[in-house]
Amino acid sequence: MAATETFVGRSVLRKEDPELLTGRGRYTDDLSVPGMLWMAVVRSPFAHARIRGVDVTRALAVPGVVAAFAGSDFRWAGPLLMAWPVTEDLKNPPHYPLATDVARYQGDGVAVVVAESRGAAMDGAEAVQVDYDPLPAVTDVEAALAEGAPLVHEDLGTNESFTWSLTNGDVDAVFASAPIRIEERYRIQRQVPNAIEPRAILVEPNIATGQFTMWDSTQVPHVVRTAMALATGISESKLRIIAPRVGGGFGSKLQVYPEEALALELARRLGRPIKWTETRSENFLATHHGRDQVQRMELAADERGKIVGFRAHILANMGAYLRIISPGTPVLGAFLYCGAYTGEAYQVTLTGVFTNTTPVDAYRGAGRPEATNAIERAIDALARRVGKDPVEIRRINFMPPFTEATPSIGGLTIDSGDYHATLDKAIELFDLEQLRKEQRARRERGDVRQIGIGLSTYLENCGWGPSRVIGNVLRYAGGGWEAATVRCHPTGKVVLVVGTTPHGQGSETAYAQVVADELGIAVDDVDVLFGDTDVAPSGWDTYGSRGAAVGTPAVHRAARRVREKARAIAAHELEVAEDDLEWSDGAFRVRGAPDQARTIPQIAFSAWTGHNLPDGVEPGLEASSFFDPENLVFPYGAHICAVEVDTETGATRVLRYVAVDDVGTVINPMLVEGQVIGGVVQGIAEALYEEALYDESGNLVTSSMQAYGLPGPPEAPTIITGSHVTPSTTNELGIKGVGETGTIASPPAVLNAIVDALSPLGVTEIERPATPEKVWRAIQRAKGERA
Amino acid sequence: MIPAPFDYVRADSVDDAIARLREDPEGKLLAGGHSLLPAMKLRLARPSTLIDIGRLRDLAYIREDGDRVAIGALTRHHDVATSELLRQACPIVAHAASVVGDPQVRHVGTIGGSCAHGDPAGDLPSVLLALEAEFVARGPSGERTIPASGFFTSLFETALAPDEVLTEIRVPRTSGGWAYLKFNRRAIDWAIVGVAAVRANGGVRVGLTNMGLTPLRATGVEEAIASGADPAAAAARADEGTAPPADAFASDEYRRELAKVLVRRALEQVLA
Ligand SMILES: Cc1cc2nc3c(=O)[nH]c(=O)nc-3n(C[C@H](O)[C@H](O)[C@H](O)COP(=O)(O)OP(=O)(O)OC[C@H]3O[C@@H](n4cnc5c(N)ncnc54)[C@H](O)[C@@H]3O)c2cc1C
Repeated sequence: MAATETFVGRSVLRKEDPELLTGRGRYTDDLSVPGMLWMAVVRSPFAHARIRGVDVTRALAVPGVVAAFAGSDFRWAGPLLMAWPVTEDLKNPPHYPLATDVARYQGDGVAVVVAESRGAAMDGAEAVQVDYDPLPAVTDVEAALAEGAPLVHEDLGTNESFTWSLTNGDVDAVFASAPIRIEERYRIQRQVPNAIEPRAILVEPNIATGQFTMWDSTQVPHVVRTAMALATGISESKLRIIAPRVGGGFGSKLQVYPEEALALELARRLGRPIKWTETRSENFLATHHGRDQVQRMELAADERGKIVGFRAHILANMGAYLRIISPGTPVLGAFLYCGAYTGEAYQVTLTGVFTNTTPVDAYRGAGRPEATNAIERAIDALARRVGKDPVEIRRINFMPPFTEATPSIGGLTIDSGDYHATLDKAIELFDLEQLRKEQRARRERGDVRQIGIGLSTYLENCGWGPSRVIGNVLRYAGGGWEAATVRCHPTGKVVLVVGTTPHGQGSETAYAQVVADELGIAVDDVDVLFGDTDVAPSGWDTYGSRGAAVGTPAVHRAARRVREKARAIAAHELEVAEDDLEWSDGAFRVRGAPDQARTIPQIAFSAWTGHNLPDGVEPGLEASSFFDPENLVFPYGAHICAVEVDTETGATRVLRYVAVDDVGTVINPMLVEGQVIGGVVQGIAEALYEEALYDESGNLVTSSMQAYGLPGPPEAPTIITGSHVTPSTTNELGIKGVGETGTIASPPAVLNAIVDALSPLGVTEIERPATPEKVWRAIQRAKGERA
Repeated sequence: MIPAPFDYVRADSVDDAIARLREDPEGKLLAGGHSLLPAMKLRLARPSTLIDIGRLRDLAYIREDGDRVAIGALTRHHDVATSELLRQACPIVAHAASVVGDPQVRHVGTIGGSCAHGDPAGDLPSVLLALEAEFVARGPSGERTIPASGFFTSLFETALAPDEVLTEIRVPRTSGGWAYLKFNRRAIDWAIVGVAAVRANGGVRVGLTNMGLTPLRATGVEEAIASGADPAAAAARADEGTAPPADAFASDEYRRELAKVLVRRALEQVLA
């Protein structure tokens, strides 16, 4: 009989966990093939240097070394793919896998060594002699735009790559006539994404067929396939990219990297398999970084604090080269500098700037955490200015609740939302009154340890699509659709093939829940295949919270098509008209005679044997869908946090954290909660600990796990989550997206809380990350100003 | 993250280890490996031979030794932290070991390695300095005892000769108040500043972590307390004679201020 239980909406345990938690998951570095060689990349120790010469003679003498090449030993069919020229006149110097004349950031590859073992490859890399002529370096965006700054790409004559802007309404007039104007300046520090699994690549050539198989720790095997064809000239039909188990990416693996092209090219050149696994030190230098902006945020408002105008001016650090979506990353946040608020005018200007630093690209939230920081910090500043409570000022500025798509002042058409609802619920879960009481008590007795409460109500856009908008309006070179195929085995077990590439999210489980419900079978009877361009040839992979929002509708439609085909066969077998059948309780049943029924497994067998199919119906039970959404999706929510600040040392810890999010229809509450908690912890670390810090000469100072501040379990507070659901109007399932909400919402909540704790001392601003010393300095400065 | 080539030998006794050290002047002892191996993986340390003393379990013990407690150099942080004997006889040592790194580090790293490494940011060294502990070293010509005040000589340098093995650390029994305040950002981090304070002979002895090239005694503070100053006044002298580092975690100025705050808090605790 059919399974009568349904799965969507339940916290089904993750299908992928038994494999992952018992160490049976196979990651790229677990793989080896006979005859394999190891690759090591020689990297520039200088942030900026002319390469006078590369001598590999000594490397070739190291036992085990097979070959060594300088950048000039390669002729590429094309540069590494840059897929998002956000403006027509954007400056995009071609980026090849190895530098030839000039190294432009610490970690820039200049030569490559191949050897019989990993150790020998590294010994060989150490023996390569590079004659560098160090040049002055610039790492900071403002310094890079200053007169006389060192030029990262000399021939461009400037460090500015592009300026992109968006205007809605008469911004100047609105600002000129508003009685209240505030202008805030924020620095969004640079971060290192730090996926737990470093990058790894294994390329196996077949010299007889000219085929290449690349196992790659990537989020985007489909994109890598195309990009590799462009860089090496090898036809896509000869390239099979497999992303086996992937230990996280956070955006850092949606990239197309020099090492992928190098490994492929060397496999072709040497006719032997090539393997490379990034060291953690390399991960800090050579895997792309995230964030790094200087923001000027202006608000115009009336005396009550009702905002009328938003104006943001953003300098975005691109690093040394534009990588796959470097220029687009700030654009992803460009519509969100108004948060969930209304206004009359809106303007955002983004300038992308080259510096002698590791390239910057998407990192969990990509552009949206930056925008949310600006508006959510600034609205608190406005609240202080007009003497309003942070809750009240948000309430008077929210867009009113809506269930049909509605335009925002930021230029978006939002699917659905009720911003008051998430805020009310967050306040209730947080027990705001009790904490305010405790705060007052500590203030009154002048406690060394002060409490602060911070709020962040956010709105974001994700679920990347629709293709024609992102292509024609936003100038993105890729597509925004997603693909799925549902295939029934003769016994009715199902294989689902998807074009997304999950790498830790739990998407396999969520998709299987949807298919199981649609076909009246169990979650365990659905196997999900992905991440292999031969198995799942079509798709745009997993990033930008699109796995659920864009991937699931494709899965759902494919399953629905299978069911519709099954309906015809069931009607034929039961000798009734199709209209006489209803789908209920996991089977097609004859109306009025529910015992006369056919389940999907029964039909699957009929379709497989083909002995008794209705005329015109083909054998087999399988269907595909290509889903291109009509719009983005717009999760939102309210996060509240309480911190305790030691006013003598500046030490800050998060005492309590509440996150209430509307991510639309929830397929699996446990997966959603996991995404929120992980994102919030990552965001707390962004507020308090993590920074990729360069010194004057462009050396990455925080280039190890010891120096960089990744949080561990002791740093993670208990996070209370809540949800509110307004179904998205973008897809038939009502799904929004949850992959990035945590990192988008949380940093400003924490920073606002610190400022709140210290406001009696006169502190109004705190720099990110709020390390103990920075907090201590802010207190000293405020004391000095008061004295 | 792949070390340069090296040889590996396992010493089967302390004397064997000493002989091996004499054979290869570029050789290095390997205890828990939690300081040495990270440096080798970054190719900052390149010993030609690793002489593994990690399995000399007869150097892993904690036992009474008259009015002292003797701790074998190869005793792991975890065993120090959880020792009933130390918790009663010299609790500050057990506590300091319990705040080293994380459980994984504490189950592998040793007290001897922590001291021999000579890292001014290590937690145990400043505590042992405040306790006026003794270090027992064995070399080709036998055993000698080095007082804590002479053990830590410079950054990553100690009084141990290249062919000496640290075998034992002796700490006094303490009865009065004590405090070890470790200030760090994340639980797993080394101290930005640490302060050890113990009562002894009617006075207070104060050790400082990460305030100079070696662990330091805050002698100014100790004098002030001896001459009757209150904790706040005494703590104002916490940074006298220090030379704190400036790094990605903190400036020297901030470290000085932290030292004052932490010393005051430690004194308040110890004298309470
Ligand atoms: C992630 C991490 C976090 C850490 N956090 C902290 C922390 O918060 N606080 C802290 O204090 N420490 C910390 N440590 C360091 C840890 O305590 C080390 O275990 C300790 O510093 C060295 O002990 P070991 O046994 O591992 O020594 P090894 O690494 O084996 O040796 C260190 C040095 O001492 C020498 N040596 C070792 N034993 C002897 C001996 N018996 N005689 C002579 N020479 C010897 C070795 O030759 C080597 O030069 C951390 C380490 C890691 C990896």
